[in-house]
Amino acid sequence: MKILKLIFKNTMRHKLRSFLTAVGIAIAIIAFGLLRTIIDAYFVGVDASSDTRLITRNAVSLTFPLPLAYREKIANVPGVSLVSYGQWFGATYIDQKNFFPQFAVEPETFLQLYPEFLLPEEQKNTFLKERNSCIVGRKLADKYGWKSGDTFRLIGTIFPGDWDFVIRGIFDGRDPATDETSMYFHWKYLDERLNLTARSRSGQIGTYYISVESRDNVVRVIKEVDALFENSLAETLTETEREFQLSFISMVGTVITAVRIISVVVIAIILLVLANTMVMTSRERIAEYAVLKTLGFRPHHIASLIFGESITIAIVGGLLGLLVTMPMIKGFSIFLTQNLGSFFPVFEITNTTLALAMTAALAVGLIAGTFPTVSAVKMKISDGLRSVG
Amino acid sequence: MLVNVESVSKSYKRGTQKIPVLQNINLAVPEGEFLALMGPSGSGKTTLLNLIAGIDKPDTGTVKVSGTDVTNLSESKLAGWRARHIGFIFQFYNLMPVLTAFENVELPLLLTSLSKKERRKHVEAALDVVGLTDRMQHYPNQLSGGQEQRVAIARAIVTDPTLVVADEPTGDLDKVSADEVLTLLDRLNKEFKKTIIMVTHDPRAAEKAHVARHFDKGVLE
Ligand SMILES: Nc1ncnc2c1ncn2[C@@H]1O[C@H](COP(=O)(O)OP(=O)(O)OP(=O)(O)O)[C@@H](O)[C@H]1O
Ligand SMILES: [Mg+2]
Repeated sequence: MKILKLIFKNTMRHKLRSFLTAVGIAIAIIAFGLLRTIIDAYFVGVDASSDTRLITRNAVSLTFPLPLAYREKIANVPGVSLVSYGQWFGATYIDQKNFFPQFAVEPETFLQLYPEFLLPEEQKNTFLKERNSCIVGRKLADKYGWKSGDTFRLIGTIFPGDWDFVIRGIFDGRDPATDETSMYFHWKYLDERLNLTARSRSGQIGTYYISVESRDNVVRVIKEVDALFENSLAETLTETEREFQLSFISMVGTVITAVRIISVVVIAIILLVLANTMVMTSRERIAEYAVLKTLGFRPHHIASLIFGESITIAIVGGLLGLLVTMPMIKGFSIFLTQNLGSFFPVFEITNTTLALAMTAALAVGLIAGTFPTVSAVKMKISDGLRSVG
Repeated sequence: MLVNVESVSKSYKRGTQKIPVLQNINLAVPEGEFLALMGPSGSGKTTLLNLIAGIDKPDTGTVKVSGTDVTNLSESKLAGWRARHIGFIFQFYNLMPVLTAFENVELPLLLTSLSKKERRKHVEAALDVVGLTDRMQHYPNQLSGGQEQRVAIARAIVTDPTLVVADEPTGDLDKVSADEVLTLLDRLNKEFKKTIIMVTHDPRAAEKAHVARHFDKGVLE
């Protein structure tokens, strides 16, 4: 008890110094929290992906189509429980800057394959019935103030023309990582129009979504699916959803690596800040430590004084940092959904980041206290006492 | 004899050079003695005091205090031994600035198994001896130098040590405060039968002591 009091009093001795050090730590923790959240936001798609779902696309590139006729063949591969398909639509809503992802999908199988999109039963039924209807994610709906029953028009770019839709459902994500910024509509709606206007493009899709019965079958199914279409006009490339998502991230991989490195550097900086304070502080107190040792206090007493102070400052700084980070990330999240929603569909601080930040602060407190403790413990009493006069 | 210093030598290394500080010192201090160690600056007074108090170890020779060979104890044993047997008084008082007078005096008792209540009793008794019960809640920077030194004396006697060592206890005080401190030490010796070894430059301080021993160039005269 007494030692806690002494730690507290020592920490409050140079209030400004301790405060500035804690603020330094807080700022670094804020930076750490933001950077980590950005990284997490990049990986959200990966985290949300299931490892029993596969994506099959044209082996040449994602922009090349696949024939719808592949569907039956894929469905017959042993271990495949369900096949759905979709097409990236990429149209414009009013203005270029209002980008959000749109997919033309086979609605029934798609919703079965993606149970993480939570849609009320009646909305789902209406959506399945009406050819020109669509469903949109909660965040997207909130952004444009859309309600069920609203209509809107997209201007096609990949598929030219005006495309009118009626919203029949607004889905919520089952998990925090589930994307709520996209729109899904009937592939048939797209195909019927193409059949009339661009015949050569009808009957084609962008990607197959495949559900595999069990994880053990994944590798075999991937091989067998791709083997089916080997040497055909449109060879396929099948990957797990996870690999598929990761292939997007690897494009920005260097940036992510840089951000990662910076988040570590930030921690190194607070280590230096705190270590500097602790070295300064314990140098001033050498004579006091010498007196304590003279009176019979042991190395562990001295250690708890120094570590106690160092960890107190680190934790106060860490908590202060997180206290500021959380509302900041909330604010960013609102800003991002309104402006860049589809880049970072989910921008939230994770428990892992919170835990990492506090662990980092704690570790910094421990490391920063180590050197002064070792030198105070090793110091000969007679030398310490001489430093008074 | 309470303290027995036998053929003790001590030298310090400065770089590669070895500087002899104490050469073959013999000193016996009987129980109840009030001894003053005098001598010019750098003659080794503090060094000898540190050896007797178990803060440092000699190169050769033995230091025995009430039968215990201090030179043979391990660091941790020595720390416990100091806490039980030695009361320390320093020239610059060396109080903890963040602790009140009461808490400073209580400090050595934290290493004992005394209850909070018992500690309070001991602290108040010690502060009573030095006449500072009314300053218990004051911090060192709210006390005069003389008062600080008296708090330090209370801290030195609160554990009822076998031996009190004082290194120039009046060295930083004006004449009046110095006299107060010396009178107090005298009282500790006479009334409370404390054995005291005091290093001093001050002839008046030496007068208070029963015996004065003079040091010169590491040799006791
Ligand atoms: N830790 C040390 N390292 C190196 N030299 C030391 C050390 N401690 C003491 N000395 C040297 O030993 C000699 C005796 O020192 P000591 O402190 O015992 O003298 P003193 O008699 O107490 O002097 P003063 O009256 O100035 O306090 C001095 O020359 C001093 O420089
Ligand atoms: Mg000295």
